[in-house]
Amino acid sequence: MTATSATTKAKRRALIPLAVFIALAALLFYGLQLDPRKVPSPLVNKAAPVFELESLDDPSRTVTNEILMGKVSLVNVWASWCPSCRQEHGELMQIARENDVQVVGFNWKDTRPEALEMLKRYGNPYVVSAYDPDNRYGLHWGVYGAPETFVVDGEGIIRYKHIGPVDRNVWETTIRPIVEQYRPQSS
Amino acid sequence: MIHRIRKLSLGLALLAGTLAFGNLPAYTLEEFKFEQPGQHEAFRDLIAKLRCLVCQNESLAGSQAGVAQDLREEVYRMMLEGQSDEEIVTFLVDRYGDFVLYEPPIKPSTYILWFGPFIFLGLGGYLLFRTLGRKKDEPEEDLTEAERARLQRLLAADGDNQENIK
Repeated sequence: MTATSATTKAKRRALIPLAVFIALAALLFYGLQLDPRKVPSPLVNKAAPVFELESLDDPSRTVTNEILMGKVSLVNVWASWCPSCRQEHGELMQIARENDVQVVGFNWKDTRPEALEMLKRYGNPYVVSAYDPDNRYGLHWGVYGAPETFVVDGEGIIRYKHIGPVDRNVWETTIRPIVEQYRPQSS
Repeated sequence: MIHRIRKLSLGLALLAGTLAFGNLPAYTLEEFKFEQPGQHEAFRDLIAKLRCLVCQNESLAGSQAGVAQDLREEVYRMMLEGQSDEEIVTFLVDRYGDFVLYEPPIKPSTYILWFGPFIFLGLGGYLLFRTLGRKKDEPEEDLTEAERARLQRLLAADGDNQENIK
């Protein structure tokens, strides 16, 4: 081994700690971008938890898992007290209007008059809203905040869970492709 | 004067905030009553091991979030039904994922979490000892023959007076 190659080798060696530091810094920086609220749901690719709740606008009507069968659904957990729900409301209206997907409301920890008032004021994108003021079934769905949106396929299996408001970007890039993927093929 | 008004309005704003929050109900663990002695402690121990998903730095035992209260009530109900800690934990993990546990279970996806620090400690220790060992073995290469002769001369001349060896 010549003296020059030995020094190059030693120089390269000296760069190792720097490389390790940069790699670690990059990893930690990546970690900073992650949203700790986005906890993966263990319910994805499992059958949607059974529920039986009053309909929001008609207490005599019962909403159950039946509603999810045969069609791809977005189950949207919402409440009138939740500002992000109001933020995504317009987007949900548009999705329900322009797409072949049924939006099912899951009104969560809310009061009936306030929830109905919100739908009256901002429009109603939901084919029906299940009314769960006491978090009886929200718990089984692993709901811990509003808004949350589940994509449920025609067999009643949860395919995706989105935490936080749905906006145009989330719909186009994330949710819509999943909806398309699980849409029953019309022959 | 302006400064004083600012201070005053800040004070008022803080006071208003305190009053507004003062009206919120505070959850305590007192409302959960158990018949048998020791059950309340078991309840408290169990919910201290579970994470509140809304405010992730708090356990279910300490959180004031509404969802945390719902989960406390569910755990309480299940305990009164006589379900074991494992059954209750499984129930929650099935719905909320491993994230509800403060102590993550040991499984392939968490190996790096559990064993990573020891691997790095071992690796660091190995590198440290290897480097130290090599330093010891390496001969002092940079002394030329002439320098070595001079060193011998100096040592011979002044005995062990080290100040001359520079």
